Amino acid sequence: MPLLEVSDLTIQLPTRRGLVQAVRHVGFALERGATLGLIGESGCGKSLTALALMGLLPEQAWVSGSIRLDGQELLGLSERRLCALRGNRMAMVFQEPMTALNPLHGIGRQVAEPLRLHLGLGRRAAQARAVELLERVGIAQAAQRFGEYPHQFSGGQRQRITIAMALACGPDLLIADEPTTALDVTVQQQILALLQELVAEHSMALVLISHDLGVIAQNAEQLLVMYGGSVVESGMTEAVFRQRAHPYTRGLFAARPQMLPAAARPPGHLPTIAGTVPELADLPAGCPFAGRCAFTAQACFAQAPAPRLLQVPAGPAPASLAFWRQPHVVRCLRDEAIHAGAPVTTP
Amino acid sequence: MSVRLSSHRSFWLGAVLTSLLIACALLSFAWTPGSAYEMNMDAALQPPGSRHWLGTDAFGRDVASQILVGARASIAVGLIAVGIGLAAGLALGLLASARRGWTEEIIMRLADFTFAFPALLSAIMLTAVFGAGMVNAIIAIGIFNIPTFARITRASANAIWARDYVTAARACGKSRTAITLQHVLPNIASVLIVQATIQFALAILAEAALSYLGLGTQPPQPSWGRMLSEAQTLMFQAPLLAIWPGLAIALSVLGLNLLGDGLRDLLDPRLARTR
Repeated sequence: MPLLEVSDLTIQLPTRRGLVQAVRHVGFALERGATLGLIGESGCGKSLTALALMGLLPEQAWVSGSIRLDGQELLGLSERRLCALRGNRMAMVFQEPMTALNPLHGIGRQVAEPLRLHLGLGRRAAQARAVELLERVGIAQAAQRFGEYPHQFSGGQRQRITIAMALACGPDLLIADEPTTALDVTVQQQILALLQELVAEHSMALVLISHDLGVIAQNAEQLLVMYGGSVVESGMTEAVFRQRAHPYTRGLFAARPQMLPAAARPPGHLPTIAGTVPELADLPAGCPFAGRCAFTAQACFAQAPAPRLLQVPAGPAPASLAFWRQPHVVRCLRDEAIHAGAPVTTP
Repeated sequence: MSVRLSSHRSFWLGAVLTSLLIACALLSFAWTPGSAYEMNMDAALQPPGSRHWLGTDAFGRDVASQILVGARASIAVGLIAVGIGLAAGLALGLLASARRGWTEEIIMRLADFTFAFPALLSAIMLTAVFGAGMVNAIIAIGIFNIPTFARITRASANAIWARDYVTAARACGKSRTAITLQHVLPNIASVLIVQATIQFALAILAEAALSYLGLGTQPPQPSWGRMLSEAQTLMFQAPLLAIWPGLAIALSVLGLNLLGDGLRDLLDPRLARTR
């Protein structure tokens, strides 16, 4: 049984323009020790999906579907039972380390708190364990700096502290919502490496949210490409990156800046995906990408594309990935035509 | 903080005036220049002099002593009324902010409802129904402090609930109660302290107004508001009698307001930097 099983997760949010579906029929499964990448533009529902996993959605949100952690259904669980799981069996690292720590409390206390809360450790024991954790995530002289306040640390250090906080109780599932977006590139690499080490050490499952293809390529074995609240393509990272079955995935890849010598660089501007992300209330009834996609046909507007299995990964699984292998699935009516090189018809 | 503290002039002026108010009240328990209660018709309406520093009133009571003793009433009303308002308002505001939904809606609409009535008029009504006197005046003023504190608590608490570190704390499994006590309360404390000094000043004014109308502190207990109302009839014979309690009220309210403004500046690092 996979550690985390999400099926048909749909989140609706009330807005001034009525109830909008911010996340539509999202499903995936994740094993211990594996990393799932969630990629997409801002507002595509990545963070909402993450918050739904933690049970931290805004109260007005309507959620349906199923989220199972180790077989236990999380949707509909009481706040009290969720509190017992959060920080204990599942934890989260946030995007903005500058604001994710309370400025009025010492960092040590903030790391020690989940230990006292979930494991019932005394003050001394929690403090000793927190110092170990801080040292593990790379805070030098953790014992001396235990009582210092967040503003006395740099952004990278603070992200290390929030990771220590999240990992305090040894969770099974870690959700990292753009953990490196607010950091500069050199620190990004260190934080991602640290996350990878910790995932391996504790055989945790990691859900890594990012809009950075490079980050996902390096860190996630499987990924979901999200657009307009839907998963448009999913599969093993390597298969998705190789095949890029959905036009949106292709667009993301084309829009990636590449470091090439001037002579090898394609002429003109960096390609972009035409148009802008539609507001959730304005999404077409059919495929969310219809209209922005160069391959749009009439049918795309009317009919939501069903998931189509492209390929089940063949061959023996690598030893490090002794878990269920995600099949490569795309939700596009036109992908066969696109791949067959059919002439592009405009709507 | 210490550098900013020493250079903040209006904070210091406010602190000195407020300390003076408290000192007057404390001193009046141990010593007064004359008697604030004893009538002496022979010495009525004396001008300020060496025997009666600020003169005497129409009944020959020593005005300086009455001012000192009157400070007690002002402080008692301020402290207790603000205490009532702060305790109840804080609890309601925090509850509204932590629970949201219907709880918040009901609490806030109740606050709006209370706000719809002019506080002083309602206080007059309450003291008229339940009897004039200091205790009833304090309760009436305190009740009208509740929605003020409830609103300001909820508004600032809601802002804290939207912060990332609160989401992070929730992601760590903390309950709403724990987050309210450990994260929300410390972060809104400065706002509440500032509001408390302002409400304190307003309570002193309200007590003076009620006493002036004869609904607050009852004779023979001296009160600045009642001194004013008694001096009113002698406005042309002895104008100083109205000046002294008026000055006492004005300086106390000014002091508390300056103290509140100063605290706001000093407790808010952002404001301090732009200053």
